[in-house]
Amino acid sequence: MLSKLREFQYLRPRSLDEAEELIQQFGPDARILAGGTDLLVRMKERGLRARVVVDLKAIPGLAGIHAEPDGSLRIGALTTLGDIERSSHIRAHFPLLWQGASCVGSVQVRNRATVGGNLCNASPAADTAPPLLALGGEAILRGERGERRLLLEKFFTGPGRTAMGQEILVGISIPPNGAGSSLYLKHSPRRAMDIAIVSVAVRLDVDSQTGVCGKASIVLGAVAPVPLRARAAEQTLEGQRLTAQRLEDAARAAQEAAQPIGDLRGTAAYRREMVWVLTRRALVEASGAGEGSTFFQG
Amino acid sequence: MSISLCVIVNGNEHHLDVAPHHTLLDALREELGLTGTKRGCEVGDCGACTVLLNGKAVNSCLVLAAETEGAEVVTIEGVAGREGLHPLQEAFIREGAVQCGFCTPGMILSALALLRENPRPSDAEVRQALSGNLCRCTGYAKIVQAVLDASDASLVPGFGRPEGLRPSR
Ligand SMILES: Cc1cc2nc3c(=O)[nH]c(=O)nc-3n(C[C@H](O)[C@H](O)[C@H](O)COP(=O)(O)OP(=O)(O)OC[C@H]3O[C@@H](n4cnc5c(N)ncnc54)[C@H](O)[C@@H]3O)c2cc1C
Ligand code: FES
Ligand code: FES
Repeated sequence: MLSKLREFQYLRPRSLDEAEELIQQFGPDARILAGGTDLLVRMKERGLRARVVVDLKAIPGLAGIHAEPDGSLRIGALTTLGDIERSSHIRAHFPLLWQGASCVGSVQVRNRATVGGNLCNASPAADTAPPLLALGGEAILRGERGERRLLLEKFFTGPGRTAMGQEILVGISIPPNGAGSSLYLKHSPRRAMDIAIVSVAVRLDVDSQTGVCGKASIVLGAVAPVPLRARAAEQTLEGQRLTAQRLEDAARAAQEAAQPIGDLRGTAAYRREMVWVLTRRALVEASGAGEGSTFFQG
Repeated sequence: MSISLCVIVNGNEHHLDVAPHHTLLDALREELGLTGTKRGCEVGDCGACTVLLNGKAVNSCLVLAAETEGAEVVTIEGVAGREGLHPLQEAFIREGAVQCGFCTPGMILSALALLRENPRPSDAEVRQALSGNLCRCTGYAKIVQAVLDASDASLVPGFGRPEGLRPSR
């Protein structure tokens, strides 16, 4: 028995210009290949057709983690989730992203899966999306007319759909994280190797003197057509002292923002309930009101 | 149209002509006859096809053969040395961690990748590292025990460098 893949042409451009040309030339017949952990699965299992597969991995400079002097971070689109997991800089300074990347699939999957592929695949349950949105990340896109930047909040337009035209995601840029505390919680049936039923990333800037919350970010995964920023929930907290009641109110607001569907992983009602549970737990932990703030995956 | 490749498999250079849509798993089993690497789910779920690609554990069913130009691959056939089995393989046998054996090659390669990076893993770290390898027979306890056992041997020089394998780049 041989591969379940149907025939295609495999192309390996050596530069972004060359890659961009191929994408223009072949249009929808061409599929971009990064780590292949989504693309090849969809081609094998769901009959996705590709006449041409354009592998980006021979293009120099598209993988790598660059800590900038101002505290911001630039990550090449082809950086693997395994490399993010192994980065002590990301673990120390952008723990939210570290947590999101580390809970994807298995070791084998993370050694191939790229952060760019995780975003471009545009699953509402993608585990790096809520962390990167909560961190204020921007996509760096390269198209026919050069490079543009787009806030990740505007990147997702629906399940499997993004605001990219015939463009290539070249990297992600994240502003300095400062001293904010954060947490990513993923709820899935199995601890490993399973996509989220519900996930939430929270990030809070709490003034240690006054206990007042500055900027708050709350982003939900797997409960809407796109990774969802829960604005009303954030506003419940900003400029306020974080009492237990406030955290509870914010979790309720997040629950109201969620528009989950029901599927074999969970009913819509169950997901909505879990948004409240998970958001409250994340807020309690991140605000320091909990028992300590170890990474929890439940 | 086929693609010509040069790949180092278990320390030996191979020149292959592969179809663009064939995976590394296809090339190993069908072109090179290395059937120790198992074909299970084909979609990244079971880990039976795990090999080391440039020193890292990957699912060979989700890598195109064409992507491995110039790469170094280690399969289960490259783990044992000329003097005999690798200490990790010995530990699997000693602990009774092999039943039908279908998952074993993948388990061994995932465990080898772990012990190279982390020679003294905890029970939880072993479980985490093997979470992409499914076993339908053993219930995992003996496999985890075998890896913990072998972690004592993993401090022996040359442990992580199976026979014929060049030093990692
Ligand atoms: C067993 C298994 C378990 C998994 N578990 C999880 C999980 O727990 N959480 C999770 O979030 N995901 C999970 N995934 C999904 C997948 O591993 C991730 O989404 C991964 O990050 C995709 O990255 P990739 O590099 O493999 O993408 P690819 O498969 O190479 O590409 C994905 C899509 O994005 C496009 N694309 C890729 N890179 C670019 C780019 N730079 N510019 C433009 N378009 C691009 C491709 O054309 C394709 O449509 C799992 C997958 C498997 C097989
Ligand atoms: S055959 Fe590759 S993971 Fe199952
Ligand atoms: S020994 Fe049979 S699947 Fe593991």
